[in-house]
Amino acid sequence: MVDKFEMNKDELIIAGRLFRSRLLIGTGKYRDFKETRAAIDQSASEIVTVAIRRTNIGQNENEQSLIDFLPPNEFTYLPNTAGCYSADDAIRTLHLARELLDGHNLVKLEVLGDPKTLYPNVVETLKAAAVLIKDGFDVMVYTSDDPIIAKQLEDIGCCAIMPLASLIGSGMGILNPWNLEIIIDTLSVPVIVDAGVGTASDAAIAMELGCDGVLMNTAIATARDPIMMAGAMKKAIEAGRESFLAGRMSKKFYSASPSSPVSGLIK
Amino acid sequence: MYSNMKITINGNIREFGYESMTADQLIVELKLTSKRFAIERNGEIMPKSLFKQFKINDGDCLEIVGAVGGG
Repeated sequence: MVDKFEMNKDELIIAGRLFRSRLLIGTGKYRDFKETRAAIDQSASEIVTVAIRRTNIGQNENEQSLIDFLPPNEFTYLPNTAGCYSADDAIRTLHLARELLDGHNLVKLEVLGDPKTLYPNVVETLKAAAVLIKDGFDVMVYTSDDPIIAKQLEDIGCCAIMPLASLIGSGMGILNPWNLEIIIDTLSVPVIVDAGVGTASDAAIAMELGCDGVLMNTAIATARDPIMMAGAMKKAIEAGRESFLAGRMSKKFYSASPSSPVSGLIK
Repeated sequence: MYSNMKITINGNIREFGYESMTADQLIVELKLTSKRFAIERNGEIMPKSLFKQFKINDGDCLEIVGAVGGG
C-alpha cells in the first residue's frame, strides 16, 4: 500500500535529477510571455522545453525574452531540436543550447522525418542520440511508439524515452495504449508520453497506463483558457498517477457483487 | 583609413568599419550585451569564456542563437 508519506516521496528521477511534478510543459504558442509564465505556474511544472533559434539582431535592446520570464534557476530547461530533420542538425543545435545555458546538459532530442506529420525519423534519432551521449549530454528522446526502437534508445544510454501518444499538435489523444504499455513494461528508464495529448482525460489515461510523466504544449497553449487548462492538466496527471499506484479494480462484464449489503433488506 | 570587413550574421551580410574585431566588440556593436545567446563561427561554437580574445575576421559566418518558446 502506498501511504501518504510514500506518496510525498513519489519523485520522478531523470538522469539523477529529482522532480516532484510529472507534467512537463512546452513554452510555444502562448499569446505572450506573461501568459506562458502564468500557465506554467498553474501547472506546477518544473521542466520546461524551449526551442533554439536565431536571435533577432538589431531589435530593441530592452525587449524582453522568454528567459526573463522563466529564469533558468527556477526551472529545469529542456532545450529541444524542433525543426531538425537530420542527426547533424540536431547535434549542432544541442551543442549551441549547452553553450547558451552555461553547460546545462539535459536535452530533448527530436529528429523529424516529415514536415506534414512531424513524425519522428527514428534512424536519424538513434544516430544523433549515440553522438550526443558520447558528447556528455543527458538525452531525453522523442520517438515513435515502436517498442523495439524505444528499447534501442534506452540501450544506447538515453535517460528518458518519450514516445508520442499521437502526432505533434494533433490533440488526438492516445492512439495506441497497447504499444505504450509494452514500452512501459520493457524499459527501466522513465517513459514520458510526448505529443498528442489533447485534454485532461488523455493525460490521466497516460498516467494510468504507468507512464512516468507527460510532456505537452498545444493542449494547454491553445485552450480557450490556457491557465485553467494548465491547472486541469496538473490535476489529471496527479489523479492518473495516484490511480496507477492505487491499482484499479478488475473489469467485469457484469457484476454479481453489489456495493450495498444483500442482507437486511426490508420485507 | 579603415578597410571594412563583411561578415554573415544569421544569414545576413553586415559590414563593419574594422579589419577584424573580437567577439566582445561584436557583441557591443550588435547591442547584445545584456542578452543571453550562443555564437557559432564557421560551424564551430565560440565559448563565452573566449569572447575577449576570439578574433572575428572578414568573411566569417556567424550564427547567433537564443532560447524561444517551443514544445
